[in-house]
Amino acid sequence: MTAPAELDQPSTDELIDRPWVTIVWNDPVNLMSYVTHVLMELFGYSRDKATQLMLQVHQEGRAVVSNGTREQMEADVARCHGKGLWATLQQD
Amino acid sequence: MRFTRHRKGLRAELDDVEAQVLAQLARELLELVAEPAVSDDPLAALVGMPPGEVEPPDDPVLSRLLPDAYRDDPAAAGDFRRFTDADLRAGKRANAQAVLASLPEGGGRLELDRDQADQWLGCLNDMRLALGTALDVTEELDPEQLAEDDPRFQALHVYGWLGYLQESLLSCLDPRLGS
Repeated sequence: MTAPAELDQPSTDELIDRPWVTIVWNDPVNLMSYVTHVLMELFGYSRDKATQLMLQVHQEGRAVVSNGTREQMEADVARCHGKGLWATLQQD
Repeated sequence: MRFTRHRKGLRAELDDVEAQVLAQLARELLELVAEPAVSDDPLAALVGMPPGEVEPPDDPVLSRLLPDAYRDDPAAAGDFRRFTDADLRAGKRANAQAVLASLPEGGGRLELDRDQADQWLGCLNDMRLALGTALDVTEELDPEQLAEDDPRFQALHVYGWLGYLQESLLSCLDPRLGS
């Protein structure tokens, strides 16, 4: 009996599992209270979670605010732009 | 002028100058985010969508209001614009129109329901983005510290006032914010 040959194929998990992310970038105009408000409204985040993300944007210059498929992230970015947040999407 | 909560909505008292400034800024925004000419291509005009990628705006104010969705991929950003640019502009125009429609001419009492308050919030933010980008404001800039003969003095004064208005509106929309 022979064992089934081990197929040496590159894992496709890497391609499938790498999620897309929506990033909000710091800008000098948007009020901290406004960014928190928008993150709560658009993503349903608690005040604590939204404040934490807002502070990350403010202090580190950017924060990942959501992740998912490319289509989902395009929708999230469009909603952020609708509220005046400076957002982009990219593959994580 | 500041917003206060009133029954299920919001209320503010404006004087004549405040109403004029807000109306002028709203009209400038309407012009800025006017409907773009879709295309000479009859099919594209029919579906209301450009036939290909849409270039980012040259104007820094407009590119802040209508930002790229992809940082390092101009083709993907142009394709994203193709599908979203018209709606994004239309949403901003709707907010500006709502502000104009609710402004009492010559000043007076402004009363907003929750939906109108959201449109005001969005429009005040767009006004600040436009003005702040045009004035090249930074996080460190303190309009209070500007000399009166600084050419940006008056516009920055308006910019600061819009920020105050937006904070006051936000504090009414969510009781957990503000004092």
